[in-house]
Formats: sequence, structure tokens, C-alpha cells
Amino acid sequence: MPKSLAWMIGGDQGEGIDATGDVFGRVLSRLGYCIYGYRHFSSRIKGGHTNFTVRIAADRVLAPQANVEVLVALTQETIDRNGHLLLSGAPLLADSQLKPVLPDGCEARLVEIPLTQFVREVGAAVVRNMVAVGGSAALFGLPLDAFEAYAREKFERKGETVALQNVEALRRGHAFIEELGLRGRFSLPAPRPRERYLMTGNDSLALGALAAGCRIMAAYPITPATDIMENLAGLFPRFGGAVCQMEDELAAITLVIGANYAGARAMTATSGPGFSLMQEGIGLASMAEIPAVVVDTQRVGPSTGMPTKNEQSDLLAAVFGGHGEGQRIVIAPGTAVQAFEDGFEAFNLADRYQCPVIVLSDLALAQWLQSVENLPLGGHAIDRGAIVAQEELDRLTGEFERYRLTEDGISPRALPGMPKGQFLATGVEHASSGKVSEAPQNRISQMEKRSRKLDPLRARAGAIETSRMDDAEVAIVCFGSIVGAVDEAVELLRQEGVRAGRVQVRQLWPMPDIPLATALGGAAKVLVAEQNATGEMRQLMRIAGLEDDRYRSLVHFDGTLLTPGRVVAAVQELSVKEGV
Amino acid sequence: METVTLQDYKTSEKSWWCPGCGDFGVLAALQKTLVKLGIPPHRVAIVAGIGCSGKMGNYINSYNIHVVHGRTLPSALGVKLANRDLLVIAAGGDGDGFAIGMNHFVHAVRRNIGVKYIVMDNHIYGLTKGQNSPTSDHGQKVKAAPFGNVESPVRPLSLALTAGATYVAQGFSSNQAQLARLTEGAIAHPGFAFVNVLSPCVTYNKVNTYDFYKQMLHDLDEDPDYQPDSRGGAIAAVLEREELVTGLIYHDPRSVAYEDALPGFAEQPLAGRDITLGQEDFAELLASYR
Ligand SMILES: Cc1ncc(C[n+]2csc(CCOP(=O)(O)OP(=O)(O)O)c2C)c(N)n1
Ligand code: SF4
Ligand SMILES: [Mg+2]
Repeated sequence: MPKSLAWMIGGDQGEGIDATGDVFGRVLSRLGYCIYGYRHFSSRIKGGHTNFTVRIAADRVLAPQANVEVLVALTQETIDRNGHLLLSGAPLLADSQLKPVLPDGCEARLVEIPLTQFVREVGAAVVRNMVAVGGSAALFGLPLDAFEAYAREKFERKGETVALQNVEALRRGHAFIEELGLRGRFSLPAPRPRERYLMTGNDSLALGALAAGCRIMAAYPITPATDIMENLAGLFPRFGGAVCQMEDELAAITLVIGANYAGARAMTATSGPGFSLMQEGIGLASMAEIPAVVVDTQRVGPSTGMPTKNEQSDLLAAVFGGHGEGQRIVIAPGTAVQAFEDGFEAFNLADRYQCPVIVLSDLALAQWLQSVENLPLGGHAIDRGAIVAQEELDRLTGEFERYRLTEDGISPRALPGMPKGQFLATGVEHASSGKVSEAPQNRISQMEKRSRKLDPLRARAGAIETSRMDDAEVAIVCFGSIVGAVDEAVELLRQEGVRAGRVQVRQLWPMPDIPLATALGGAAKVLVAEQNATGEMRQLMRIAGLEDDRYRSLVHFDGTLLTPGRVVAAVQELSVKEGV
Repeated sequence: METVTLQDYKTSEKSWWCPGCGDFGVLAALQKTLVKLGIPPHRVAIVAGIGCSGKMGNYINSYNIHVVHGRTLPSALGVKLANRDLLVIAAGGDGDGFAIGMNHFVHAVRRNIGVKYIVMDNHIYGLTKGQNSPTSDHGQKVKAAPFGNVESPVRPLSLALTAGATYVAQGFSSNQAQLARLTEGAIAHPGFAFVNVLSPCVTYNKVNTYDFYKQMLHDLDEDPDYQPDSRGGAIAAVLEREELVTGLIYHDPRSVAYEDALPGFAEQPLAGRDITLGQEDFAELLASYR
């Protein structure tokens, strides 16, 4: 298990909590640490408690930590809500102006720091949090110059004075802690410096899409998907593309379908409520065999649910949502690197299989900062799938058969603008020419063609990823962002002598039944862990024939992030009750 | 260059509309215009909605995409952005455009997307067998409203004008020459061009018939006092005559299409462009996450 420490800052929304967490995390990342930065927030802009935690380790961490070592509190509410996360004697830095009090039972060491007074002396209200950052740097015994350099770089744009004020704030906070004799109160493990980036899954997914040649993005704003649209809005003009903020998700998905039909690579990104609205359009893409990439960054549902909390409960809607029996591919990244890979590969899959591809992300992956060593651009090549050659069209004597019945079910498409390639793409059932047909035999052949083409995906390389499975007696199966918590749980369990392993399902539909059966073959127990109430992945596995008396479920659906501890406990319970 | 003939635009499929349906006239006027302008069929993409009117794309040998009910305009924008060299025509009914798709209509207008929008407005839902549509008259009795329509109709022309439309015209499916002229004007217009066509449904609408329109319509093209260059004047004219007018109603010569206004948007079609991302660009983007 990576030895890690956690630092939390909390206050009211609108007090720059995120920005401060970002600064702290980024400087630590530059100092060579691996970071996982996560936030608690609610769906309002000003007011209401929010906090940001930076978990710091020498090696990769992708899950929250149960307790925190340092808490910086800008409000009394922060203390009341989070004080219990501190172990006995751990420092709680609070603005002395608050006249802070520790809640009953909290044994933290209250360190009152005159943030507001320093701010007055430095002469700028905005730097209050920087005093706290300086103090925190001292607590961890970190070199202040790294923070100063970052502040200079970050605030340079706002002018010399602002940069200097921030540096001064850092120094004051640092000196204050030093005078109290608390410098180096916590020692961090030795860092392993290398080139690292601090990004969210939304950031890397957007880069993956750009790298795959996506040049049109249509969306309607929704937490936690909006960053993808915002990131691409900044990038696309440089590459000739466009982001269209549409009037609703119905428009977003149908724009994407139109654009893909006409030969561009286009995507949309949404979350649950918008995803529900897109279902009819997704069915059109299935029926008319038009590529379409749809990102669903899941949050708690149904309806508005808990918009700022994590859940993985759109899986069945992704696979079976909408009316009729339309074919889709559903893939689910779990880390920022995988979000890049899937952001890229989704377009290849969509073009190759001429159908909608749903990238199931989730709030934790989408929004929380993680250290990334590299995004493997070189590992991916653009594949536009089967497009008919112009020479072939020129040779045609009759009509172009867009939906020709082929052995593998994939029929080359023509792109608008190609002479003699005209055809009708329609959501109505159609014959191989594209013309509407309700003939029973045609219906069967076209339905079978559309299903058949996805068959090879059941065995696709990369559809599952395993870790520590070689000798595993307990296999923990998961998808999405919880892979970080599961991996950490596996290490904790192994330290206790339980031979655990992890299987991450990266392609959820078609279900990769063949590789999964092989991977799980040797395990005595299979724990299917997911962040929803009804065990949606387990249901899909059952449909694919992956179910026997070894299988158990761990479902977690209170909106909080699944912790490694919860997974460990679930496995321990299995072992105690049933023996492994 | 090859010459384009009417035959090039014909499909093998037999038209499915009821004999006498106004939509025949709309299709014919469009085909004639495309031939007159010498636009080859592979350069045209028609995005059709759901309804009798939505069959339009089935009977014309261009690239066609027949989408879900109400979403012709966003799909058409997608097609246009992917390949801006195409002539993109959205076509659908009054239900498709002003009920389920109303949202998109107003937004397409205010974006001024480079799409030509032809509505076959029969003041009724044809395909679902005769329910009131948003353009049905107040009081209209149908099976789903046996005591008469208590709602007031949408006024597509005034709506488009107030939303900022840059090309607004209304045709009548029986007046081929005028409809072809209005369609031609729409094709030449940079930006969103809206052509509402009064296209009688002979089966389900017994009020808005050919005879009704012949009596009621006022042709603004023939009106020496009317100039289609003032938005305010246009709004006044259509309000005064309760939208029972035909002709070019408004035209803004300074119109700039959405795709021309997008920052950095490629001047060549996106489809067919080299889309690989250079290693250097990628490294630079990554560096911003340090
Ligand atoms: C989402 C959805 N709801 C309802 C329908 C059923 N439907 C098909 S066409 C139509 C109305 C068509 O009216 P209009 O757009 O005026 O076309 P017309 O047939 O009159 O040309 C309706 C309600 C549908 N296809 N999709
Ligand atoms: S029902 Fe009406 S709109 Fe439909 S084809 Fe017949 S006449 Fe035309
Ligand atoms: Mg109608």
C-alpha cells in the first residue's frame, strides 16, 4: 500500500476552495508526488460547505483516504463537519477570527492562525487561502520556494503586485507554523520525481477525442460532463473544429448523428438526465448504422438525483436504454489514462462498427484530479472503418447498396459528396439499398446483420484488464473509477494474507464473456463491486452466463466515493462467513 | 461539367402520398430548382423529419437522412458542419417543426445556420391521421378535439421574424413558379433560409383546402407597395393578414452564416481533412497540465 497523507481545505462555496486545492496539489505534483485530489461539493455556486482533499503519495493513488492528516478550516462548519477526520493531535488550522471551537470528541490540535489579520497586512483579500497553503507547506516540511515559484507563474498574468502579495502570503503562513515549532510535523515519503501531469478524466478524455480527430462537439451543459465541452471549446478553433452549445440534449445527439453521417468525427457528452433524453437519437444511430460517440459521465440518479455525487447506475440504460433492440458498444474507463484511451478508441469503434459508442464515465473519474505519467498518443491510430472507394461507386451500374448484407455485418458506407453514392439513411427499417422495407424476411436479415457485426467484440483485446490475478483466490470485478479503490484494497488484503486480485471490465457491452470466464476461472470467490444499488454489472454478467455459486455483490450507493476500506471489509466478511 | 437533369433526381420508389396531396408540389418545385441551378445530386443532403412530409427524402435521389421526429434542424446543422460544401436542406411538417421540434426552430433561426428549411405546413398531423397541429386554426374540430381546438395557432412567419430570421418566405404548393423562385432564393442565401409552404392535406384537413388558399392568399411578390427589406415592415404585413400571404417576406442581405461566424472553423469540409494530431501539438497541450 502506498504510504500516503491527506490534506483537506474546507469552507463555503465561492471561497476559492477548489483553486486552493489545485495549487497545493499541483505544487506537490511538481515536487514529484502522486496526487489524488477530490472534492465534496453541492449544487450551488455560493454558500454551502465545500472541501477539497489532496491525497499525497510516492506512488499512484486513485482513491480517497479515510482520515486526513491536516485540515485547513475557513469556517466553523468545516470544523464541525470534518474535524472527526483528524486523528488525535493532528493539526487543524483555522482562522483565529472564527474563534474556532472543536466539536465534542474531536482530539485534533487546534492551531489558530490569524489569516484575516495577515490578509489585512498584505493588503489583498484574495490571498487568504495562500497563507494557509504556506502554513501547510511548513507542516509537511516542504520547500517553500516551489510554492513561491508556482505562485509567481500562476499570478504573473495578473501583474507584479498580485504575484508578490501571494508570495508574501505564503511566507507569512510558513513563518507562523515554523514559529510554533510545527515545521515538518509530518514527513512525506521520499518523492519519485518524473514528468507528471495532474488532470481529470474529463481533461484526458477531451484530449483523446481531439487526438482521434473529433472536430465537432455538441452538448448541453450538465455536471459533471461540462468540462469536456469547455475544454474542447478552447481547443477546437485551433484545429478547425467547433463546439456547439445546443438548446438541449435531443439537439446535441442528433447534431452528432448528422455530422458523423456526413463524414466528420463528432461527439457529445452528458450525464444521466441528458442521457435519458438522448435515447431516441441513439436508437436512430443504431438503426441507420451511423457512428456516434456519446459520453455519459454518470452521477446519482434517477431524475436530478444527487448531481454532485458519484454513482455508476446508468449501465443498464447505456446497454438497453431506449425502445426497440438497438445495438451499442459500451466502454468504461476507470483512470485518466484510460479515459484518454477510450476517448480515442470510441471513435475507431464507432467508425468500424457503424453504431453508437457510449463511453460510461462517472463523476469521480470525470472531476477528480489524478497524477498521470503519460498519455499514450503513439499507441493509437485512426481507423475510419469501411468507406466505399470512389472507383467502386464509379463502376456501379445500379444503386449504391449502403446496407448490403455482408458476412461480418459491416457494409461500407458512402459519405455525402461522393458521386453516385447517394442513399437514404433512415431510422425506419430498410432494405440493403436503404429504402424503406417492412418485408418480414428483410427485417430478419437486417436485424441479424446489425447484431452480427458486434460479435467479434466479445473477445476484443483490452475488453478486460486484470491485476494480481495469477494466484488470486478472491477476484474483485469492477468497472469505472472504483478500480483505484479496488486496487488499493487488493494490496491491503494481500498484506493480510488474502490472495486477492482485480478484474476491470472496460468493455461492458458486448460483454466480453470469453476473456472474463478465463480470467475468473481460478478464483474461489468472485466479488462484483459496483457503485449502484441493484448490481447492474452483475446482472449483465448473468445474462452473459457469468454466474455461479462463487459470485457475490458489493453495492455502494450512498453517493460517497467507495473507499479501499469498504472493499477490504466486504472481502473479509466473505472469508469469515464462507471461508475462502 | 455534366448537365443535371430531372431524371437524376428521381428515385425508383413510387411516391406514397395521397393523390392531390400538396407535398407533391413541394417536391416538384425543389427538384426543378436543383436542376435549374445545375447542382448534382451528390452535392445535396436532405434531412427529413417524421410525418407524411418527411417522406420527401425517400423520393429524391440525393443524400438523405431521415431522422427522429422533430430533430431535422440539429441534424442538418451537423451535416453542414461536417461538410460545408454540401447544400443542406431540412424538410418536414408543421408538427415536426413547430410542435416537437419548435425549440430547435427558434435556435436554428437565431444561430443563422447555413441550412435551407422547407416546411410543408398543412395545419394538421397527416401521418397520425388528422390531429390538430400547432398551426391548426382555433376552433378546428378533429377526432382528438371533437369540441374544437381551444388553442391559438403558432404563427411561423412572425415567429421567425421576431427570432431574427434572415430569410423568410412563404409559398403555396399549387404555385410552382413562385415556390421554385423562393426555393432558389433560399439556396442562394448565406445562413438560415426558411420557406414555409402551405401544402394542403386533402385527406384530413377540410378547412385549409386549395380553394380556401386560392381565395385568401395575398401575394406579396406581386404587391408593388411591399419591400421585403424591413423586418418591422415584414412583421406588420404578416400580422395584418394573419400570415395568409405568399412571397419573399424578408431578406437580410448582410446575413452571416453560423459556420462563417465560428472562430477558427475550417473553410474546407471537415470530412476528408487530415485529422491526425501532431506530436508537437499534443506535447504542448499536455504541458498545460503540469
Ligand atoms: C417521438 C415521436 N412521437 C410521436 C410520433 C408519431 N408521429 C409521427 S408523425 C407525427 C405528426 C406529423 O405531423 P407533421 O409534422 O405535421 O407532418 P405531416 O404528416 O402532417 O406531414 C407524429 C405525432 C413519432 N414518430 N415520434
Ligand atoms: S394524409 Fe394528408 S399530408 Fe398525408 S399524404 Fe395524405 S394528403 Fe398528404
Ligand atoms: Mg402537418
